[in-house]
Amino acid sequence: MLYRETGQFKTSYSADQAMFPILQDRIGIILILVVAFVGVPMVATQYTYTGLLIPFLILALAAIGLNLLTGYCGQVSLGTGGFMAVGAYAAYNLVLRVPDINILLAIFMAGGFAALVGVLFGLPSLRIKGFYLAVATLAAQFFLDWVFIRIKWFTNYQTNANAPDLVIFGVSFNSPANRYILVLSIVCLMALLAKNLVRSRVGRAWMAVRDMDIAAEIIGIRLLHTKLLAFAVSSFYCGVAGALWAFVHLGAWEPLTFDVNRSFQVLFMVIIGGLGSLLGSFLGAAFIFTVPILINQVPAAFGMPISTALAAHLEAMIFGSLIIFFLIAEPHGFARLWQIGKEKLRLWPFPH
Amino acid sequence: MAFFFEVVLGGLLAGVLYSLVALGFVLIFKASGVFNFAQGAMVLFAALTLVRLTEWVPFWLAFPITCAVMIVLAFIIERIVLRPLVNQEGIILFMATLGIAFFLEGFGQTIWGSDIYTLNLGIPKDPAFIMEWLFDGGLLVDKLDLFAAAVAGALVVALALFFQKTRIGLALRAVADDHQAAQSIGVPLNYIWLVVWSAAGIVALVAGMVWGAKLGVQFSIALVALKALPVLILGGFTSVPGAIIGGLIIGMGEKISEVYLGPVFGGGIENWFAYMLALIFLLFRPQGLFGDRIIERV
Amino acid sequence: MQLTRLALGLAGAASVMAPLAFSAPAQAQNEQFVPALVYRTGAYAPNGIPFANGRKDYFALLNARDGGINGVKIVYEECETGYATDRGVECYERLKGKGPTGAAAFSPLSTGITFALTEKAPGDKIPLLTMGYGRADSVDGSVFQWNFPLTGSYWDAANILMQHIARQAGGADKLKGKRLALVYHDSPYGKEPIPVLEEASKRLGFRFDAMPVTHPGVEQKSTWLQIRQNRPDWVFLWGWGVMNSTSIKEAVAVNYPREKMFGVWWSGAEPDVLPAGDGAKGYYSLALHVAGSVAPVHKDMVTHVYDKGQGAGKKEEIGEVLYNRGLMDALFVSEAIRTAMGRFGNKPMTGEQVRWGFENLNLTAERIKQLGYEGLAQPIRVSCQDHAGVHSARVQQWDGKKWNFVSDVYRANQDLLRPMIKESAEKYAKEKNIKAGCVS
Repeated sequence: MLYRETGQFKTSYSADQAMFPILQDRIGIILILVVAFVGVPMVATQYTYTGLLIPFLILALAAIGLNLLTGYCGQVSLGTGGFMAVGAYAAYNLVLRVPDINILLAIFMAGGFAALVGVLFGLPSLRIKGFYLAVATLAAQFFLDWVFIRIKWFTNYQTNANAPDLVIFGVSFNSPANRYILVLSIVCLMALLAKNLVRSRVGRAWMAVRDMDIAAEIIGIRLLHTKLLAFAVSSFYCGVAGALWAFVHLGAWEPLTFDVNRSFQVLFMVIIGGLGSLLGSFLGAAFIFTVPILINQVPAAFGMPISTALAAHLEAMIFGSLIIFFLIAEPHGFARLWQIGKEKLRLWPFPH
Repeated sequence: MAFFFEVVLGGLLAGVLYSLVALGFVLIFKASGVFNFAQGAMVLFAALTLVRLTEWVPFWLAFPITCAVMIVLAFIIERIVLRPLVNQEGIILFMATLGIAFFLEGFGQTIWGSDIYTLNLGIPKDPAFIMEWLFDGGLLVDKLDLFAAAVAGALVVALALFFQKTRIGLALRAVADDHQAAQSIGVPLNYIWLVVWSAAGIVALVAGMVWGAKLGVQFSIALVALKALPVLILGGFTSVPGAIIGGLIIGMGEKISEVYLGPVFGGGIENWFAYMLALIFLLFRPQGLFGDRIIERV
Repeated sequence: MQLTRLALGLAGAASVMAPLAFSAPAQAQNEQFVPALVYRTGAYAPNGIPFANGRKDYFALLNARDGGINGVKIVYEECETGYATDRGVECYERLKGKGPTGAAAFSPLSTGITFALTEKAPGDKIPLLTMGYGRADSVDGSVFQWNFPLTGSYWDAANILMQHIARQAGGADKLKGKRLALVYHDSPYGKEPIPVLEEASKRLGFRFDAMPVTHPGVEQKSTWLQIRQNRPDWVFLWGWGVMNSTSIKEAVAVNYPREKMFGVWWSGAEPDVLPAGDGAKGYYSLALHVAGSVAPVHKDMVTHVYDKGQGAGKKEEIGEVLYNRGLMDALFVSEAIRTAMGRFGNKPMTGEQVRWGFENLNLTAERIKQLGYEGLAQPIRVSCQDHAGVHSARVQQWDGKKWNFVSDVYRANQDLLRPMIKESAEKYAKEKNIKAGCVS
């Protein structure tokens, strides 16, 4: 009842090709955007911004990037952390070495550098598939880790890199609320872009390759071109996410920030959120990043006297159990769960 | 020249240690197509159980108890995680093993503690010199590494016999070839999985024992699982001898590259070099050294 | 049906979680909040646990024995970072605003977290205590106003070790033509001493090799094979966690004499040597303080905290090297608060006031005796120009059972290090557009 598309007729081609063809979806998206841009700043504390929301949004962006590659194009990658590192260090060096560069421009150019590196490490995907490819992309991860720790030029001959003052077009983005708005705007923009991309010719080619690359090749999709484009776009997203993580979230970082654990973390977000779903990227990021933190705070919030170590162990145990529980409830991730929910909402609350 | 052989020998022995971890992966992947992310956590859990038990009971008793614990664990995993997820895609099961990994890490450290524990197997730790008749001063080897190599060798022989000579082994190979076909001729899939996960648990125990004796039992031994990944892609996910030979090649390649190329590049290259080695190899043989040939049909 | 249940469960969980993110519990007014970033789990837990215990116990002791600091009770809360930077930042954000006046000071005990917090602390006006770690150039308090690397930096450590081996060799001129290897944790932490050692190698004419070990440091075979081939005259060890004990074991395996190995003060605790068993005998390391339960504060700890069953760890672990380091860290925080109270009055201090307390911290030998840290801490005097306060350490040796001092107190050569610190700090100030200057 709440989610019934009956009676919504599409009378023009443009209506048929709308991004959100169903009225309820449009309302929902607008509602979410209003809450995110207006509602949240009215209630959020500094901790909510810097401890939860900003890192969540940035990781969601990285998850979108990986989802384009893994969920849409079917290429499993464990090099996300490395590509994020490329973004972070490229942005750092651009700001350092190009006088008076706009920081926003630096962040997006950093994404471009990450895309180049991504294409380079995407080349093996033409011959290697599945888990073999996943492990092969680890080569990118470990190599990039090493590059940023060993080649001193990238860190300006210091032991670590640090972010510049976040002033864009004369506006300071140093306060948590402003940082949040900055990240939210970039993430929304890029999510919108991704949404359009996957509906386009490119996105459809990716999905064809994912479903069966030999068949795709036979119907005339150029594999080399398609797979490398997926690596490039995906790495661009990851690179921007890395630059944001470094500049907006941390402020100063060492290469260990983008180590292999980050790659695994983002991959988990994509899988548990739902492969091939942009909404899933957000849900997965929310689950993998914020749920452990919240579990960790439960005992303290209720004044339960348990030790820090036990709280950390319980966090891991509960989190592990939750993953298994959700997978058994719905193996295809939260996005699928949401879809099933929507179907039920067609009738609910009047099923007869 | 003697030094070169020492490096090679050191690399081979280190490779055996990687193989030990890789074996656990191969067993499970072969029989159920699951890439078991929890293998590292299982190594940690087994080693912690063993080392804390030896504080109470002698080693000859602690070892079978830990084996039993690992079998119980396999039973629980099969019941709670694998059975409801039967016939799901590999990547979903991979994700489920991540849940197992988190749980085991938390659970193991809750009951056994997260400090460093010393596991003494009574192996002398001082170096030995071999082949003094050939090289001046002899070749230096680590006795512990030699012990590890012996254990790994024995384990591989045992597994090979198990796979080739027993009925369960035969059933296992049938399941590995084709789940549905095996099921339709009456191979009990659940039972096979239980056996495989138990075997992987015991391999994890042996790996944990050897690594624990080398490093002390603490959280980091869960991370050695990462070292097994290049071994896996080199040797193939489905081949027991592949895991061994892949381990030897990776171990040797790593050490030679670090010792001879490392100083040129500023050191620390062995980590990615192993992966590059495996990657270059894969470009020529995408299914790994001993992996099953991939045949694709439209 | 199943879906409904799932949805209900989710809604229930969300309603439990929601208040966590948005609310802050009410608190009493006369309390000083002291946060703690700890790691009791993960790869570095064996080293993190004793440090966290020592720190926690000292504040418990202050509350139990003295009723807090000048009548202001301490509220102490730990947050688990697992040595991960992003969790450390999250913990910092979670804890920084707690208590009536906010967090007094943070001690991250991780170089990565220190870097990230160095960018955040000035904005939040909370001092960072990085005792014996952190950025070497943060000694310059005119640029790094909120960082306090008390008791010295890694550059001091490298300089002191150089002094020690020069003395052993019979003079700095005897080092010419020798060979020194640094086995280091491949991270900013491990890389810190390299500039000082490189400079010394040029000046004194010995050969210096830097040999990285990848995090977490369990794979060192090739490093030690190289050492076996090169036979350096000394090996310096800059490790943390499992890397230290692995290094010692690999040294045993390639027959490198432990008497030629020197660890930094983070490579000289019980979890570093015990796993190597007898093999660790003869190994040296730097020491910022004595090892063992020797000071009056240890006795007080037993009577006031442990006998009441409120200790954080086991009674036998009191006096371990990293436990004592935790005690020292807690001492500096509490004394900075006390110093600040001397100026601003006996009430809970804000981070800004505690910063003033750190910058004017002056612990004389008498004062240390009063506090029960006799034989544990060395006198320290902090100023804006010198945020470390003291730049000295001793060398200790493991005899198979305990650590023994084998040298007098060395003082790092500030004439040598000062220009390097100034240069590095100026570079940072330029990158970040910081106007250097002292605040009062």
